[in-house]
Amino acid sequence: MSDYAWLIPALPAVSAALIVFFGKRLPKGGAEVGIAAIGLAFLLSVGVAVQVFSANVAAVAQVPHAEEEARAGTEVAGLGAPGGLLAAAAEPEEETIEIPAGVSAFVRERSVQLTPFGGQYGFEAGIRVDGLAAMMFLLVCFVSLLVQIYSTSYMQGDPRYTWYFALLSMFTASMLLLVIGNNLMLVLMGWELVGICSYLLIGFWWEEKANSDAAIKAFLTTHLGDVGLMVGVITMWSLFATFNIGEIIAAVQAGTQAGGAALDTGLLTFGLIALFIGAIGKSAQFPLHTWLPDAMAGPTPVSALIHAATMVTAGIFLVARLYPVFSASATAMAVVAVIGTITLFMAGLLAVVQDDVKRVLAYSTISQLGYMIAALAFSYTAGIFHLFTHGFFKALLFLGAGSLIHAVHSNNMSDMGGLRKFMPWTFWTFLVGSLALAAIPPLAGFWSKDEVLAGGLEAGGYTGWLLVVLGSLGGMITAFYMTRVMWLVFAGEFRGHGHPHESPAAMKWPLAVLAVPAAVMGFFNLPFGTLHSRGFAAWTLFDLEYFTNHEAHFFLPMALGTTLLAGVGIVVGTKLYRQVPEREPMLELGPVSGVLVNKFYLDRLSTDLIVRTLVRTKLANAAYWLNDHVLDRTVFLLGVGTAKLGRGTYTYADQRGIDGTVNGLAGGAGFLGREVFRKFQSGNVQLYAGGMFAGVFLLAVLFATAT
Amino acid sequence: MAAVYPLIFAALLFCVGVYGVLSRRNAVLVLMSVEIMLASVTINLVTFGEIAKARGDVLLTGQVFALFVLAVGAAEVGVGLALVLLLYRNRASVNIDEADLMKY
Repeated sequence: MSDYAWLIPALPAVSAALIVFFGKRLPKGGAEVGIAAIGLAFLLSVGVAVQVFSANVAAVAQVPHAEEEARAGTEVAGLGAPGGLLAAAAEPEEETIEIPAGVSAFVRERSVQLTPFGGQYGFEAGIRVDGLAAMMFLLVCFVSLLVQIYSTSYMQGDPRYTWYFALLSMFTASMLLLVIGNNLMLVLMGWELVGICSYLLIGFWWEEKANSDAAIKAFLTTHLGDVGLMVGVITMWSLFATFNIGEIIAAVQAGTQAGGAALDTGLLTFGLIALFIGAIGKSAQFPLHTWLPDAMAGPTPVSALIHAATMVTAGIFLVARLYPVFSASATAMAVVAVIGTITLFMAGLLAVVQDDVKRVLAYSTISQLGYMIAALAFSYTAGIFHLFTHGFFKALLFLGAGSLIHAVHSNNMSDMGGLRKFMPWTFWTFLVGSLALAAIPPLAGFWSKDEVLAGGLEAGGYTGWLLVVLGSLGGMITAFYMTRVMWLVFAGEFRGHGHPHESPAAMKWPLAVLAVPAAVMGFFNLPFGTLHSRGFAAWTLFDLEYFTNHEAHFFLPMALGTTLLAGVGIVVGTKLYRQVPEREPMLELGPVSGVLVNKFYLDRLSTDLIVRTLVRTKLANAAYWLNDHVLDRTVFLLGVGTAKLGRGTYTYADQRGIDGTVNGLAGGAGFLGREVFRKFQSGNVQLYAGGMFAGVFLLAVLFATAT
Repeated sequence: MAAVYPLIFAALLFCVGVYGVLSRRNAVLVLMSVEIMLASVTINLVTFGEIAKARGDVLLTGQVFALFVLAVGAAEVGVGLALVLLLYRNRASVNIDEADLMKY
């Protein structure tokens, strides 16, 4: 099955082309092509996932120590881990586990060498199918399928309906290319392609200037990070002389760089941090997160697909993809941890003051992405497991928000209220998503967020404790703002205009389908010994050594503590918003509100200070002067010079030189014929005969002298 | 060798014929000069025939050829005189300088 994995990105790519060329002539405007292609791709990805996951479980079963660890883990959990928090934190580092020869995690690579410029400059294009890629296929295809079905109803009647579905297919293909690529160049290509699709979809309703501004902002901000990504990729090349991810990982694990020399850890750290700057841009981490809330200008299903479940996780995917490489640099990992932790806490606070329901979810996404990034610093499984569960429940919440917006024709919660009785489907599914996001057991978010915090706690150190403290507080804030949304939207009286109604079936059913994984996905990765080594953690590994040396832990006191904090958040939220308050309490906090409403002045920093003061006055003028006096002048002079040269060529070379030669030859021939050779044709027979005799005489003399 | 005298004679006769062809204005005289050239060539043939006979040629090839040339020359004169006659009929003159219709 994994041999056909290349079809997974190829199918949506083909459908994108088909929709662009033939979509308008089809009865459903191209939507059916996109849905069919992504449906097939989803079936394929299920097949790939089954093969990869079962191979990985079989591989884990052959590592003897993992089994023993597993049993020990069960006992610890069974005892309720008395004092587990301190005991575990104080535990000495585990010994390195030997892996039996011949046992390895499932990785399948197929590639072709493209040498368009001759053998010396080859470019490798290939696929790498492993646990991580299989997991991403599942997530991307599943969410994309549901979003496309949902969109058939949400985008009904839009003038650019066909183009919208072409873009969705194109985006899905790009994201899958990013996931499947086996070398950094392909990843970079996919990365840029999803960026351009995101840009086009955010600005989908470009008739309003705010939307196209948001698209430009998203594009430029993420590209600021992409510069870092490119620097990182180039650094990796200079270190390892290859873009192939598998080869880079192998080289790092062997501690060598290109040519067999010892690894230059300083340069490696630089390269990794540069790569991580790319992840900061794409995954909306502090301080480049400002584009994501503005990106909500796009259609809501797009926000669900791109700005919640898939594209924004590209940064997390990149770090996970190069996880063994990142592990080799403690400095890079510390940067990852600190950035992630700052982001998760700061974005959570910002979500509290928003009125636009999509913006609440956007800040919540940034916050959850922060959890994933921070988790990756300590535990691969925790990071991508949170990515996986979050993909489902955040897509659910966004689609739910789309359903609300569809009903009340406004993004603002002040125009909603009392929608529970009008929209029961939306209410119940939204509730499931909110509880999962707020990490209430036993929903998916609880298990993944707990694993994140457990990873930080086990690692300890200042970064680990920072994650535990801010992460737990962040959990409380999450619970608080989701409670706020629930009360403001669904309770009380309807405050908007018109009569809200439940959404049509094409929108209801995707919500219901997404609610299932949002509720139960956590049970695939219970942090208890044997189950853990059979479940998600084993499925998605691509490096046995790492996995066997990072056992999952479950600290009951911490789990209880975070649940308690989430409960506090819910209670406070209920107290404040049960009766819809006259004035928004979050805006009555004095200077704190000001800071939050102004987003910690980060937008001010970038727009006012940097853009207005620096760029618009100084840099822009300098650039203008440079453009006017240097570039334009050069171009102008070049143009004039070229024109003169052309004219000169015309007059001298063409008219006089070439034409003159031709005319001269013709004229000369004419003159000779007219004035000279004509005389010979006298008509006088005797003259001709004389000529003939002279010729014969001449020939006779010649022959005589020759012999 | 005695054969050189007839050959020199033939060459001189040929030169007389060439001079006549190139210098006479009268077409009849030109025709006669051509005949003189033909006669000089016939003398050549007879001379070479004698040389060949001295070397063992029993068929008298040169002499026989001379007879042929005389016969063909008679026919040629017939054609030539007919041309001159037509020229005269058309132009009332046999001056070949005036017969230059084929000039440029």
